[in-house]
Amino acid sequence: MSAALEGLAERYLHLERPTRWRKSEIAFWIATLLPFFLFESYLSLASQVAITALFALSLDLILGYAGIVSLGHAAFFGLGAYAAGLIAKHGWGEPLSGLVMAAALAGVVGYAASFIIARFRHLALIMITLGLGLLLYEAANSASWLTGGADGLQGVRMWPLLGYFKFDLFGFTAYTYSLAVLFLVFLVARRLIHSPFGLSLRGIRENPVRMPAIGAPSHAHIRKIYSISAVMAGMAGALLAQTTSTVSLEALGFQRSADVLVILILGGAGRLYGGILGAIIYMVARDQFSGVNPQYWYFWIGLLLIAVVTLLPNGILGGLAQWTSRWSSRWSSSSRRGTPP
Amino acid sequence: MLASLVGVLFDGFAYGMLLFVLSVGLSVTLGMMNFVNLAHCSFAMLGGYIAVTLMNALAWPFFATLPVAFVAAAAASVVLERALYRRLYRASDLDQCLLTIGIVFVSIASAAYIYGTIQQPVQMPPYLRGSVVFLGVNFAVYRLFLVGTALAITFVLVASLEYTRFGAQVRAAVDNQRMARGLGINVQRTFAITFALGSGLAGLGGALAIEMVGLDPGFAFSFLIYVLIVVSVGGLGSIGGSFAAASLLGISDVAGKYYVPQLGAFLIYLVMVGLLMWRPAGLFGKR
Amino acid sequence: MVVAMVVVIAARDAAVNAPALSTRGLNKRFGSLVVARDIEFALPQGARYALVGPNGAGKTTLINLITGMLQPDEGRIFLGEDEITSSRPEQRVKRGLVRTFQINTLFPHLSVLEAVTLAVCERRGHGGAWLRRLPAYRDAIDEAYGILGSLMLGNQCYRLTRELAYGQQRLLEIALALATKPRVLLLDEPAAGVPREESAELFTAISSLSQHISVLFIEHDMDIVFRFASRIIVMVGGRILVEGTPGEIAADERVREVYLGKRGHG
Repeated sequence: MSAALEGLAERYLHLERPTRWRKSEIAFWIATLLPFFLFESYLSLASQVAITALFALSLDLILGYAGIVSLGHAAFFGLGAYAAGLIAKHGWGEPLSGLVMAAALAGVVGYAASFIIARFRHLALIMITLGLGLLLYEAANSASWLTGGADGLQGVRMWPLLGYFKFDLFGFTAYTYSLAVLFLVFLVARRLIHSPFGLSLRGIRENPVRMPAIGAPSHAHIRKIYSISAVMAGMAGALLAQTTSTVSLEALGFQRSADVLVILILGGAGRLYGGILGAIIYMVARDQFSGVNPQYWYFWIGLLLIAVVTLLPNGILGGLAQWTSRWSSRWSSSSRRGTPP
Repeated sequence: MLASLVGVLFDGFAYGMLLFVLSVGLSVTLGMMNFVNLAHCSFAMLGGYIAVTLMNALAWPFFATLPVAFVAAAAASVVLERALYRRLYRASDLDQCLLTIGIVFVSIASAAYIYGTIQQPVQMPPYLRGSVVFLGVNFAVYRLFLVGTALAITFVLVASLEYTRFGAQVRAAVDNQRMARGLGINVQRTFAITFALGSGLAGLGGALAIEMVGLDPGFAFSFLIYVLIVVSVGGLGSIGGSFAAASLLGISDVAGKYYVPQLGAFLIYLVMVGLLMWRPAGLFGKR
Repeated sequence: MVVAMVVVIAARDAAVNAPALSTRGLNKRFGSLVVARDIEFALPQGARYALVGPNGAGKTTLINLITGMLQPDEGRIFLGEDEITSSRPEQRVKRGLVRTFQINTLFPHLSVLEAVTLAVCERRGHGGAWLRRLPAYRDAIDEAYGILGSLMLGNQCYRLTRELAYGQQRLLEIALALATKPRVLLLDEPAAGVPREESAELFTAISSLSQHISVLFIEHDMDIVFRFASRIIVMVGGRILVEGTPGEIAADERVREVYLGKRGHG
């Protein structure tokens, strides 16, 4: 009788186990509060890390989970940044509403673009995402009356957050703000991944041919996740504009799209925390080596990319997962269950 | 008016021919193995720098550097193929992109370290300088040389594809890899040779490009975008497609910069996105 | 009034008696290569038909045409009474026309239970739902579990798809198809690559499927075909050569020639 009951529960447990909060996750999020106490002089950097992590998370949703390779995702980041900057410059400096409006704009553009994106794969998709990103960059460059062109957007003045917390050079408000937004968006992303929609996305990534054969509307799914991802990327860009009070063209540029791709792959795509981990490592390392000529920085990044792709195809988190599963299978002899995503 | 139009068309076509020489190798290898080699222009850059070194440091004549550029780039590609690329033939598009982007970064940084970041100064031999006037239009001698060379290369490529046994193997492998293997063609070897030849051509193109567009460490990236446009618009595995797309791109770029300079590269990207949406496999592509 | 009733009854009978799947004048060519020529057949409700023929006869192509993965140059396809010639593949699946693949087309890194639950959720319209977690959809999970049980995959359902034995992966192929509640099931060489002893099991599982499902399967093993099919369609060179009961086909001269290689394709 109890065996039957156990069999009854097991299938729910199998699907529920990956959705549980693990101790390491809780420890990680508590650790994100450390900069307030240990690294007070680095709070500005910490807020940059949080912003980059949010951007990488948005890319993970389309790349790691739905399998869409985009070389132009900075388009939405830049859109959010310029939108938030322009809103503040033209008189409305309230951060939260500015954030929402900028994210909404990025989302609308993302929704429109998703109709194109969903129809292509492979090289055509890569080139189209690259082309659209470059187009937006050129447009922003030309429209210097609006964007400030190569000089960047000037005159962005933010009001205090919640009417009380001022944005200053110390970065206390900046980090609190960025971290809070990151965490909330992360919760949404986490729920999304563990929902039936998340399962469908993984299905698209694993085998796009099989999805229509089981009646799944792949295109509609892709449009949905792409739009959601655009909103998140736009939020990250808006945060950048609001916390640094500047926006420059590089927010839209290919370099930023390529950087976030490197960050995500470094940490490991399709594992929810890969982007965050990659952002931490990349940004901290770049800060440490900031004295070095940028040319040489990219030498090491190049070597790192080559190493990661040939030796650690699933990024750091993937390597860790493999390593721990090898260890745990040494200690236990029972049959392997499906590993969580 | 007409004279300047013809001049612009010719200059655009010459630029297109340069792009063609740079791109054709990538188009064929992409079509054959579907291997996304974003480091293609690094081989071009290598050829360029070899030519520059030979001319400036060792006072070699320009023509003598061309075959060396070809061979050096081909040799480098063989090394890289054996060491790295071979392991990722079955990997995803993304992994191949990332590996080759990594190689691009390394190559740019190395070039900057060795040669510095300024454009390399070179002196073309006197018989390639200046221009000739024909029917009231100015034709730069170097550009005529470029067009001539590119057309000669095209002829050799098309002839060898059509009339040699190796060419037949290449065509078979591009058309249907599994079938070709089943017929006993050593696809791996065919690909390795084609890859070397294609990279060699890129190296040659890099050497030819110095006079026309200048050589600096950013070359590997800045031309990559144009090469990718040519390849994706022209269609993978199609020499004719690359020729057409390169000509189209070259003429559009030069004409655009001449007649509507405010638009910059906007027009090119717009045309590319539009063309790809209309024909995702490229103008002459198969899939 | 009486005439109206008679017409209605006749129409309803016709609907009940309409073949589950039928095609008319299906044609497809790739350049000069004709892969389907005037294909015309009807699969009655609840039938178990086999589609046989030498390699290259166009059997898988026919399935691709029927499911919408390929567009025919000419011809019409009907699911029951409804024409589906211009419907998109997902729409045909929603109407009950489902196929399996000759080469395993599965989700390697999903567990078996996840894969079938995915198919069930999509069918139930939950595929886009992202506010609640997957474990909350117990009905869907139960249904998936039941399907796996009926195909003897219950004790494997927690393993990753890529870890399954080949024969079990073929069963999973069918499980995914069943999860969409098909009315017509097209099986493309379901036992391909499965050792002899296991393929009989597989076909027993197929033949025990509900009578509400009409099945057309491609198969090369003639023993299996004669055992499990009520009727056989023979294709050669893109055309239907002949159609009949197992007895009729076994006795047909032309079929024997085709299989013994005396006559070429088409």
